[in-house]
Amino acid sequence: MPTLIKSQGGRMVLANDPFTHVDDDQEIPQGDVILSLTRFQAEGDRLLSEGRSVGVRLTTEEEVEALAYDLPRIALVALQFPKFRDGRHYTNARILRERLAFGREVRASGDVLLEQAGFMLRCGIDAYEPADGSTADAWERATQRFRHVYQRAADDRVPAFVEREK
Amino acid sequence: MYRYDVIDREFVADRAAEFRHQVNRRLAGEITEDQFKPIRLLNGLYLQLHAYMLRIAIPYGTLNGKKLRKLAWIASTYDKGYGHFTTRTNLQLHWIKLKDAPEILEHLAEVEMHSMQTSGNTIRNVTADPYAGATADELDDPRVWSEAIRQWSTLHPEFSFLPRKFKIAVTAAAKDRAATKIYDIGLAMRRGRGGELGFEVMVGGGLGRTPYLGPTIREFLPTRHLLSYLQAILRVYNRYGRRDNIWKARIKILVASLGAEEFARQVEAEWEKTRKEVVDLPDTELARIRGWFTPGFAKLNPRSEAFEAAKAGDPRFARWARHNVHPHKQPGYAIVDVSLKTPGETPGDMTSAQMELVADLAERYSLDEVRVHYTQNLILPHVRQDDLPAVYEALKGAGLATPNIDLITDIIACPGLDYCALANARAIPIAQQIATRFADEEKAELVGELKIKISGCINACGHHHVGHIGILGVDKKGEEFYQVTLGGSGEEDAALGQILGPALPADKVAPAVEQMVEVYMRERKDGERFLDTFRRTGVAPFKEAVYADAH
Repeated sequence: MPTLIKSQGGRMVLANDPFTHVDDDQEIPQGDVILSLTRFQAEGDRLLSEGRSVGVRLTTEEEVEALAYDLPRIALVALQFPKFRDGRHYTNARILRERLAFGREVRASGDVLLEQAGFMLRCGIDAYEPADGSTADAWERATQRFRHVYQRAADDRVPAFVEREK
Repeated sequence: MYRYDVIDREFVADRAAEFRHQVNRRLAGEITEDQFKPIRLLNGLYLQLHAYMLRIAIPYGTLNGKKLRKLAWIASTYDKGYGHFTTRTNLQLHWIKLKDAPEILEHLAEVEMHSMQTSGNTIRNVTADPYAGATADELDDPRVWSEAIRQWSTLHPEFSFLPRKFKIAVTAAAKDRAATKIYDIGLAMRRGRGGELGFEVMVGGGLGRTPYLGPTIREFLPTRHLLSYLQAILRVYNRYGRRDNIWKARIKILVASLGAEEFARQVEAEWEKTRKEVVDLPDTELARIRGWFTPGFAKLNPRSEAFEAAKAGDPRFARWARHNVHPHKQPGYAIVDVSLKTPGETPGDMTSAQMELVADLAERYSLDEVRVHYTQNLILPHVRQDDLPAVYEALKGAGLATPNIDLITDIIACPGLDYCALANARAIPIAQQIATRFADEEKAELVGELKIKISGCINACGHHHVGHIGILGVDKKGEEFYQVTLGGSGEEDAALGQILGPALPADKVAPAVEQMVEVYMRERKDGERFLDTFRRTGVAPFKEAVYADAH
């Protein structure tokens, strides 16, 4: 089972993951599942009516706005990083949080590395499936390194230009 | 100039500590070179042909004596006693040891410097008009806006994994000394109908294998909305820029494929949805930044007897004054260009001793300011005319008073195959050969303004596409050849050069330049620059002269 690290109450903690990632060609197992956008659109209603929690996995090619109408019914959005260098999901995460006001879990899946920790947290991603075996402690340290930030993002950190007004 | 407050200081200190931790993990073998690569690149540390290269950020090219002296000390302590100024106004040290890199960052942090975002697919170090705050033709000080961009873009969480590197240049003057049309975003300050200040926004310029001049996507953007508008541009690029092919990943390809109008429409649509007040800086912060950019000028006599007497008494000083000294907005002051282009030397290279000397001159004679220009020269922006003879003597003693700014020996050249892992051909020896042929200062002066730019590969770090004469190194079956282009310009009359003809072998490049100069001297009409003559005559007479032997 892959590691799941979550940001909870300002701390990074190792979490149990009740969700199963389901591929498009895979039979749907019992319990809470994370589906691709296309599969969610085809089968989401049925699964939700069974009382399960359903998450949607978004590729970097897909536009986050496609989820807009379904967001109230979605338990979590998993942003799938095909390579850590593909930064489209940073914008997707911010739009989810700031423009679409999505309040539940936004998770990073795929090629997720410790070096991205600070950026991910700031863009509103609050759960991580690290591909490099990094620990919750390491993620905690990585996100605490900088005492200041220069710009507003999807987190509640106060940017330098606001700090200076005090 | 801008000074760090406690927040800025803690920021660079935190960054240096983070990098020390990362380097230690690498040296202990806890992470592989593959995993380490993106980490070191985010700190400007490259693995070049022979050694590690550290690229130190010089935001909008601004230094003071203390910073330059520290760079000199780092170059002599950790490198071979010299550094290389680049067309991005950064300083590169080419012989660094990995284990020393964290310590160097700590030394840089002590003088309010860093190497963040000098590499990687991030918003790179912002460049600006090197005459900022000194030239009469500017509408505002572009450094205020450049500093706002520096802070906003530093470790920007959303834009640190862009499709490719991203470069922004800012000018507020009619004369474009920042080459704004060849950047991912070029910002040129304009006045609106009501007299208010704003920016013309150009997006999608760039050189490399597919050169473009950036089209204007907005004629006038009120200054207060600069950051939110930049965010909108970066968002459209981050989402829709190509990531499947490194050669097509720059924003210029996106803008060209959508068309400037459609790209602009998408940016405007994104911007309309942006809560601008959340992104844009409040007036208080802009005022705070601006406060750092108002040097105390003395009230001086507009005419300096000492300067006039020196010009009359020493023809060499007079020549230097003609080419390297420029008018200042403040009566009695002058802008001094410090040439790093002595014929025979490596363009942009500076020894630690020379850096120390210029640091002293800045402190003593230029209100403690030095600028780096993309032409790989330095500038002392605020020198009293009375002090020009003393500054000249000091520079001359250090080999820094070559009177050749914008002349044929003021050549831009990338490090090329001598240093760079990407290069196909050498650039430095070609520059040296050409400059040596025109080392006679009188001859160079007769030729007048002529900008030669040399790149050792298609990536065009030497800006060859926008040289009046551009020279591109290419590899043909293991031999170095050079493609010549004519008629390019990176300034307000920006144009991409036109290919002269088949590429030339290395030993034919300098003779070809000489032949083309002869054609120009023959064809030119009163006062015409090389570029003007070329624009009038076209490529034919130049081509004929260079390839005559081949017929």
